[in-house]
Amino acid sequence: MTKIYTVSELNQSIKFTLESSYGWLDVEGEISNFRPYSSGHWYFSLKDETSQISCVMWRGRNNYVFFTPQDGIKVRIKGKLSVYETRGNYQIDVAAMKPLGIGELQLAFEKLKEKLSREGLFDEQCKKPIPKIPSTIGIVTSKDGAALRDVISTLRRRFPAAELILAHSSVQGANASSEIADAIKTLNSYKKIDVIIICRGGGSLEDLWAFNEEITARAIFKSKIPIVTGIGHEVDFTIADYVADLRSPTPTAAAELVTPNVSGLIEYIEDFSYNNFEKIKNQIKFYSDSIRNILKSYAFSLPESLLRNKSQKLDFTAYRVQQSFSNYFQATKSRIERSMNVIKNANPKRNLSRGYSIVRQHSKIIMRVKELNKTLETEIEFFDGRIKLDGEK
Amino acid sequence: MAKSKSDFEKDFNRLEEISDTLESDKITLEDAIKLYEEGVDITKKLMEILSKAELKISQLKTELDGTIKKSKLEIDEES
Repeated sequence: MTKIYTVSELNQSIKFTLESSYGWLDVEGEISNFRPYSSGHWYFSLKDETSQISCVMWRGRNNYVFFTPQDGIKVRIKGKLSVYETRGNYQIDVAAMKPLGIGELQLAFEKLKEKLSREGLFDEQCKKPIPKIPSTIGIVTSKDGAALRDVISTLRRRFPAAELILAHSSVQGANASSEIADAIKTLNSYKKIDVIIICRGGGSLEDLWAFNEEITARAIFKSKIPIVTGIGHEVDFTIADYVADLRSPTPTAAAELVTPNVSGLIEYIEDFSYNNFEKIKNQIKFYSDSIRNILKSYAFSLPESLLRNKSQKLDFTAYRVQQSFSNYFQATKSRIERSMNVIKNANPKRNLSRGYSIVRQHSKIIMRVKELNKTLETEIEFFDGRIKLDGEK
Repeated sequence: MAKSKSDFEKDFNRLEEISDTLESDKITLEDAIKLYEEGVDITKKLMEILSKAELKISQLKTELDGTIKKSKLEIDEES
């Protein structure tokens, strides 16, 4: 008799057979078609060159996977076969997963880096400037880590005027990346923070993996507050470093990058008063020297000497005028006196008084014998009077 | 949202600005003296802040209802 199954009966039978005949399985393969659901479950396939098998990893279990799988990454999983009766599918119910080797993590790193780079998360123009002198510094790291202590002692030494505000997160393990992302959000919603340091001490690639996760990278990119990373040692470069506004090699270096050195500040501030006082003093001296020089200059003393010259000239002219006038008066005076004498001497009356007489005929003075006409009346003027003599007949 | 600049930084930047202006020759003596006085006031303020400064450390925690609480954080530096 051939047994006739219903579909459900067959699937049930297959489920029993498969699930009971394979116990825990270790399977190696390459991840493809990785689909993380919002429910927290992961769906993907494992494949090799010729074949593939469906896998599911439930939320809760995948919390223990320190990295987020990506297509193309080779992994080793531990799990059991299970049959999904409703659809007649079988799949591996994955309990644990790890990358097949360190090379796989590096591959995952490169792939994520390329993807985020293409999206522009590393673009220079997205980088926010780091304040030179912050008053409040946020920090995302573990409350118990050495990184926090390094940062605190650096800040105390360099710039104790600041306030440090911690948003704690674990910095390794499967939950670290989402805790880091949450801490960044918390600091952003606090509103009063000038700059954020994300840091962690050194460790293996696996230890640092939280900083290579996409969720961490996107939270850093979304932060409105500038972020400085200080993760691991000099040689460690994480995806977080690429997205951050500024990367520094260590936690201590990050603390140094976000703060001025207080002794440098004090020096600058003290120098201000001194240097500029000297400068202004010199400036005042410069001006007063210039004024003095101008006063001393030939151009400025010229009016005075000009005036002196002019007044001298004036004095001299006045003297000369005065001199010439007095000479003139003198000369005129003696000339007048001389003339007066001449006039005085020339007065005919004076001669009459000495005995001379004037002879006139018809009022005309007769000065020579030949001018005398004996027939005419002749008038003779003496000093004391005139007489008339009749002419000869 | 990040604050644009801390008060200390604003004051310090102003001091640098004044210093640069005083450095340049394009300033009258009167203005120079005024700026210098302003600068000296700022230096007093900044020195006061720096001399009293002691690093404050606190911690932010998100409560279950989503509000953020700030509390003082004691760190044992020796451990």
